[in-house]
Amino acid sequence: MNWFDWLNSFLSDPAHRSGPDSIANRVLEHLAFSAEALALAALVAVPLGLLIGYTGRGLFLTTAFAGVARALPTLGLVTLTVLLAGVGDVAVLVPLTALAAPPLLVAAAEGVRGTDPDVRDAARGIGLTHPQTLFQVCVPAALPTMLAGARTAAVQVIATATVAAYVGLGGLGRYVIDGLATRNFPTTVGGAVLVVLLAVLVQLLFALLIRFASPPGTRTVRVDDHAGTPALQKESI
Amino acid sequence: MTTRLLRTATAAVLLLGAAACSSSGGGDPLAAGSSAPASAASGKTVVVGSANFPENVLLASIYSQALKAKGVKVEEKFNIGSREVLYGQLQSGALTVLPEYNGALLGYLDAKSTAAGTTAVNAELKAKLPAGLAILDSSAAEDKDSLTVTQETADKLGLKSIADLAGKAQDLAVGGPPEFKSRREQQFKDAYGLTFKEWKPTGDTTANALKDNTVQLGNVFTTDPKIVQLKLVSLADPKNVFSVQNVTPLVNQAGLDATGTAALNAVSAKLDTAGLTALMKRVAIDKEDPAAVAKDWLKSSGLS
Amino acid sequence: MLDGEPLIRWHWLGDHLGYLGGLTADHAVIALVPVLLGLLLALPLGLACTRFPRLYQPLAAVFNVVYALPSLAVFVVLIPWTGLATQATVMLPLTFYALAVLLPTTVDGLRAVPVSVRQAATAMGYGPWRRLAAVELPVAVPYLIAGLRVAAVSSISLAAVGALVGRGGLGYLFVDGFQRTFPTPIFAGILLVALLALAVDLVLVLARRVLAPWAGRTAR
Repeated sequence: MNWFDWLNSFLSDPAHRSGPDSIANRVLEHLAFSAEALALAALVAVPLGLLIGYTGRGLFLTTAFAGVARALPTLGLVTLTVLLAGVGDVAVLVPLTALAAPPLLVAAAEGVRGTDPDVRDAARGIGLTHPQTLFQVCVPAALPTMLAGARTAAVQVIATATVAAYVGLGGLGRYVIDGLATRNFPTTVGGAVLVVLLAVLVQLLFALLIRFASPPGTRTVRVDDHAGTPALQKESI
Repeated sequence: MTTRLLRTATAAVLLLGAAACSSSGGGDPLAAGSSAPASAASGKTVVVGSANFPENVLLASIYSQALKAKGVKVEEKFNIGSREVLYGQLQSGALTVLPEYNGALLGYLDAKSTAAGTTAVNAELKAKLPAGLAILDSSAAEDKDSLTVTQETADKLGLKSIADLAGKAQDLAVGGPPEFKSRREQQFKDAYGLTFKEWKPTGDTTANALKDNTVQLGNVFTTDPKIVQLKLVSLADPKNVFSVQNVTPLVNQAGLDATGTAALNAVSAKLDTAGLTALMKRVAIDKEDPAAVAKDWLKSSGLS
Repeated sequence: MLDGEPLIRWHWLGDHLGYLGGLTADHAVIALVPVLLGLLLALPLGLACTRFPRLYQPLAAVFNVVYALPSLAVFVVLIPWTGLATQATVMLPLTFYALAVLLPTTVDGLRAVPVSVRQAATAMGYGPWRRLAAVELPVAVPYLIAGLRVAAVSSISLAAVGALVGRGGLGYLFVDGFQRTFPTPIFAGILLVALLALAVDLVLVLARRVLAPWAGRTAR
């Protein structure tokens, strides 16, 4: 039960070097699911969140909705979608998008909401229209919060995309589930480690993005060191 | 004053609840007994396990209720995983009884075995099983792995048996549970000289994957009612790769006494393929509970 | 893929209320006991982090990693030690996940007491334990409850995965429904998981009202 041996045998297995079951292919599949889900979720959640945050209406509903969405079990959503829509990327995209949307929605709403009302008034005062105020004033100020929400969503999606494998699709979950079925611990462990590495890499990437997105003046205000901790959401698989 | 008391009381209740739950090992409304490995003494609990597909759950339920009818204490652990996971648990005694398929079990223990027919397979099994494990009587009921195709594929490629795949296999994809590839890839190569284009882990969606042409060949279990429902065709297996697959109880001898053995053998005596297929239709198509279907069968067979 | 199977067989739901109730109870135990255990662990750990601030960053980093592990893999790896289809296999990782959520919020809560208040308590003659019980913990309660809410909902959702290793409470409904092409139990399972999460959330909000009535309606 030596972890190094396991990882070693996982990496040196020829099936994992090239071909459909190769590490490179599975990582790409996994990233593809995750990226598609995040993009779809952002498309829906961010505009809605900006609107809610700017008008200040529906904020309570948003947090309530996010809370409920957090409770939906991904395994349930995936199996249901497959039964209704057949095995295919849709089966996985629907639950993953549903998972990623709430943090993005809440982050956008809270971020815009948190803009200093005096600054908003000033913007209106100098003649900016509402959309201009939103996009030229509120959004840049909200960007760090929104990116933090995106980071949470991304980590959650990456961890949960492992569930795609239960219904026969690809991604790193393939290693976890196939390893479980064939009692091949090295494969399962290898898959798990890769998911963690991917999640950590993505977190670092977002940390950098947040750094650059913060207007220089606000960089001195440290984003609370555990606002980005996955404490707020976890994969639902 | 009262709010303070209320606050302390609430905190105390929450903490006590935590202590109570964790110390009693978690009140478990579903388990009948402890999950510790069974020890060798009579009057102990027999743990009936099953693999993660509905037919095995049904068979395990039949065994479990047959044992209960004869006064044996039973704990059920169904839908756990594949043989690769279950076998070790049976050896350690964490599970006592598993519904097995003799040919597949023999293949798991000795991939090179060429035994054919129930008698030969069972004789080899008795020789190859480690000390402490044993098979009881086999039933006539069989549920085999298969290579199944849609009617269209069979017509298009002129397929009646697996041997007809020669020369065509390299363009075809095979679906099945994740362990299908690791178990069968070499066997198909050795017996029929076939190498397939790819192996997709379609698991429980195999029958439908055949219909959508995600895979052209699939491992659909022969008692699966979807074969009839979706008009699929199972290819003949002249080289006997899939061997015989009689439903046979595999037991950890230390955990089962004579009463239990007799009860399970009585079940094997009455179970046949037609009966099993009919039961599976009730479970998989009519969506009846495996436990209820098992109960009916036991009653109509005079075993409960 | 349904091949004529109706979306929901209401009859089945009616007949299986007891069965669903049993699964829900099992699920509640598997999911919530780890959260309480996590809380019991988070308190001393959180205290240690406030007394030794340098402890916090590395601990948080470790939990960060643990948190990102796909739960299924962790369950599988634990089976040889904790047994197959036992509550322990599923509850142990869930405790760690709960702790990963609760540690930051506990530390937040314990740090929330202004230094001046702590000094005032000391000036009044409170020893360190009494100060903890009478001042720091009560102030930390809203933060703890906020963390508990997230941990509980998370845990309830995650526990379903245990079905893939033979012990998942309501998760079994998803596996069974999928295997038999039977959407009804899947719908039931999703609904029950959501309802369980909502119920626990409500209980915690009520607990906060009782334990920390001054907390009012914060944005948490």
